[in-house]
Amino acid sequence: MSLLEVKDLQVRVDEREILHGLSLTVNAGEVHAIMGPNGSGKSTLSHVIAGKPGYEVTGGEILFKGEDLLEMSPDERAVKGVFLAFQYPVEIPGVTTINFLRTALNAQRKARGEAEFLVPDFLKKMRSVAGSLNIPMDMLKRGVNVGFSGGEKKRNEILQMALFEPSLCILDEMDSGLDIDALRVAADGVNALRSPERAMVVITHYQRLLNYIVPDVVHVMSKGRVVKSGGKELALELEASGYAQFEDAA
Amino acid sequence: MNLVVAKTETGRALSDIFDVARDRLPGGGKVADARQQAFEIYERAGLPHRRIEDWKYTDLRVLMREVLPPAPAPDAAAVKRAGSALKPHAIAGARRLVLVDGVFAAQLSDTDDFEQGLSVRTLREVLEAGDAALQAQLLSPDSSDPMVALNSAMMTDGLVIEVADGVVLTKPLHIVHIATAAQPLAMFTRSLLKLGKTAGATLVESYIGADGVKAYQVHDSLLLTVGDGARLDHVRLIEDSREAFNICAAVVTLGAHAHFNTFGMTSGGNVSRYQAVIAVAGEHSRVETSGVNLLNGRQHADTTLFLDHAVPNGTSHEIFRAVVDDRGHSVFQGRIIVRPKAQKTDARMMTRALLLSDDAEADNKPELEIFADDVACGHGATTGALDESLLFYLRARGLSEKEAQALLIQAFVGEAIEQIASDDLRGLAISAAERWLAARS
Repeated sequence: MSLLEVKDLQVRVDEREILHGLSLTVNAGEVHAIMGPNGSGKSTLSHVIAGKPGYEVTGGEILFKGEDLLEMSPDERAVKGVFLAFQYPVEIPGVTTINFLRTALNAQRKARGEAEFLVPDFLKKMRSVAGSLNIPMDMLKRGVNVGFSGGEKKRNEILQMALFEPSLCILDEMDSGLDIDALRVAADGVNALRSPERAMVVITHYQRLLNYIVPDVVHVMSKGRVVKSGGKELALELEASGYAQFEDAA
Repeated sequence: MNLVVAKTETGRALSDIFDVARDRLPGGGKVADARQQAFEIYERAGLPHRRIEDWKYTDLRVLMREVLPPAPAPDAAAVKRAGSALKPHAIAGARRLVLVDGVFAAQLSDTDDFEQGLSVRTLREVLEAGDAALQAQLLSPDSSDPMVALNSAMMTDGLVIEVADGVVLTKPLHIVHIATAAQPLAMFTRSLLKLGKTAGATLVESYIGADGVKAYQVHDSLLLTVGDGARLDHVRLIEDSREAFNICAAVVTLGAHAHFNTFGMTSGGNVSRYQAVIAVAGEHSRVETSGVNLLNGRQHADTTLFLDHAVPNGTSHEIFRAVVDDRGHSVFQGRIIVRPKAQKTDARMMTRALLLSDDAEADNKPELEIFADDVACGHGATTGALDESLLFYLRARGLSEKEAQALLIQAFVGEAIEQIASDDLRGLAISAAERWLAARS
């Protein structure tokens, strides 16, 4: 059974159809890259998988571990193991990062019927994960993403990914707003989480990110559909020839 | 000319009650005369209504309709019920002073081992046999407000606490108001805390109801005097039963170089009103006042603050937060007056409301009256809903809708709670907020 199966997905926003019958299958252990120009529907796909309100699914289905994902609330999806690393992580003043991480982790564990982490155990786990991502403790004592640089915000997303241990990670434009050093740190964090049980979907405009996170499968999206799929060499091909060739194909 | 005052049915009932009760109320002579005058003022005005500007948003004729008869002094069973209701609100290490149905209950209070320089008496004692100056101070609140006048006429008991010059109390004082009556009745209390020069104290006030209480009414007033160089930390938590009415007026006077940090949170009760007049009467004094309303159902809570800067070099910071769900109604009226002599005043006020439902209402009325030209004053008011993008972010991390809302509400009110000076007191406010959030889900 595939981890994620998107079948003929049709999605509207404000009466306008954004995805016109998109299909995608991702197996555990695989890293998929989704590339495509602005407006091709990449972020819409990631939002619909995570359950963001405001999108109307008019056709098709999404199965996650064989279950109907579209029937689940966003928190139920998170509890089942879906994780979206946001393109623009929000700032939450007044909620310290530590408190947020512990509340979220324990909410997931509680919903799964697992024991909640006590403060000392949680801190130990968080320190070790934060350390491997070069995240200093004083950053974790600040409000969630408040005053964080672009790189810090993305590292905070990866920190959450490492703590929550989801089985499906969707990385939405992880490279946006990052300089090359920050990108390398973030990519190293992601690569450390690659495992045979976990799949990743990396959404990006540029091939550059894929030098650091090397995908197994590359999909090209245009006008709300996957128009071509191939191996990692497809990304290089795109870098050379651009997306224009697919605009017509769609 | 004889002025004939038309009375409503309830007005007549109350006047009968006063006629019966007056002989049993503490204090003769001047005190009794003052009660009579105050009652006449109340009788002429009646319950405040929307055409009185200060009560515009809290029309007691509509919301409360009548003043209930005073509760009888608590019997042993009432004290016992009060004792069990107290437990979840106990503060470790505090000196507890308990008023049950408006009467001091020594059995439930810590009356041993008073620190040197601390005097605690009941209002009843002082009105019956206290010195004239103290009695005059207890009768001093401005009776032009009908509810203050009613309280002056009917006050039955309360606490009169004096802290001598230079004495800094290590134990917080915890005044607990508990209602136990199974019938709808009213309590009339007045308390005074007087801090001498360079004295220091922490005062916590809790308002609660025992299990099974009916629609009781709390009519309370509080007089605080903070001497030169003294410091008072004050927290009040309104966690009355959901049918209760709580009408309270505070009068605070600060000397020079004094520091007053006050926080109030209303999460219980049906209708509540807290009005505080804070007079900065000595130079270089500092006031931090913050407050939170946490309301749902049909709760109505009104916080009306009047900061009076009469002298130069005063500082006041006000932060208020309201969270309103269902058909709740929050009112914040913040008036700051900077009198002509009060140069170099720094007065700031910020009030924000969070509406969780379409029927929730929040009225914010900031008023600044500045008569001095060299001052720094500012105010701001906002009203809004929870940010959908923040809610989605939290839910995408596994928090249920209620959990996500709770976290954002805690953060929102946290800005007001942050202003409380000590960790322990902040903890009390956080616990009270958590009780409201837990009851919600």
